[in-house]
Amino acid sequence: MTTLAAFLMRFAALVTVFLVAGRVFAVEIPLNERRSDSEFISADTRAMQNDDAANPGMLSVADGEALWNAKAGTTNKSCADCHGDATAGMKGVAARYPAVIPAQSRPVDLEQRINMSRVADQKAAALPFESKELLALTAYIGRQSRGMPIAVKEDAQSKKFIAAGRAIFERRQGQLELSCAQCHDDNWGKKLAGNLVPQAQPTGYPIYRLEWQELGSLQRRLRSCMSAMRAEPYDFGAPALVDLEFFLMWRARGMAVETPAVRP
Amino acid sequence: MVRALIHVPSTAKSGEVIEIKTLISHVMETGYRIGVTGAPIPRDIIDQFVCTYNGEEIFRAQLFPAIAANPFISFFTVATASGTLTFSWTDQHGATQVQTAEIKVE
Repeated sequence: MTTLAAFLMRFAALVTVFLVAGRVFAVEIPLNERRSDSEFISADTRAMQNDDAANPGMLSVADGEALWNAKAGTTNKSCADCHGDATAGMKGVAARYPAVIPAQSRPVDLEQRINMSRVADQKAAALPFESKELLALTAYIGRQSRGMPIAVKEDAQSKKFIAAGRAIFERRQGQLELSCAQCHDDNWGKKLAGNLVPQAQPTGYPIYRLEWQELGSLQRRLRSCMSAMRAEPYDFGAPALVDLEFFLMWRARGMAVETPAVRP
Repeated sequence: MVRALIHVPSTAKSGEVIEIKTLISHVMETGYRIGVTGAPIPRDIIDQFVCTYNGEEIFRAQLFPAIAANPFISFFTVATASGTLTFSWTDQHGATQVQTAEIKVE
């Protein structure tokens, strides 16, 4: 091969690298083009999700109902003792989280909100992140909002946290130098290995993920995404992780809650 | 906390083919996985499932390590008489979880 040809080839390779690397500004998905992640999974998995008799997440929902009515803590009170029937009182609640809690001047997600109530009202120990009990209660409360539109509060107080979450979503990170937006804003609908890249709309958390063989939270899903892009995952409950959850729920505003969703 | 969910139609016509769906919470640990300490995680699976209809066995299944966690089993039967369907899952240690459902046949 001549020197010129070799040079040209190297130049072409370099240009390709620049073209790929040059796409820094992700384009937000227009509201009417947003689609639930359940549209990117197989028909079988979708059928499993939509049949309460087959959806394994419903086992946790049933556990959550038992926990809702179980006495806990030194006050010996159940969730139901104060909140009553969850099928009425908890309707739409999961669709509004994360939310800024005035006492903390920070957003908390639904799991953290459940634990706040356990500690402050029931005087019980907080449930660990990803424990069966916390996931079950979250799934049970989430189930009461199924079909309702996601409606996180976007006011002066919460705007800066949503913006912080967006910054994380759009920032390149990890050894692969990827941002969340590069896959989920720019390349959704295309294939990554054999799978369709979804839009990452958090409509069904906690989800039953077939890969996990169990229920898991949005924080767990985000952490495993970060590991996959070879970035250091935030700790469970880290403020940055909650900001990211907040941004994602805001990004999915108006979309229907599907909890408990089934994902591959 | 073992949890089983059973879906049986509450009423059916005599001679009608009905679908029965069952779901039970279980890890179905294969015995082939290694834990965080490097030690193998011991096998722990449900290996028997039996359904009886008014005492008569109508469905039986053997389960193996390749079956996913929280096994979902569905099958069909003919509604013959009102009565009780009894479902029992037995794990490899011999522990059995029994649950029943009522059906009214007209």
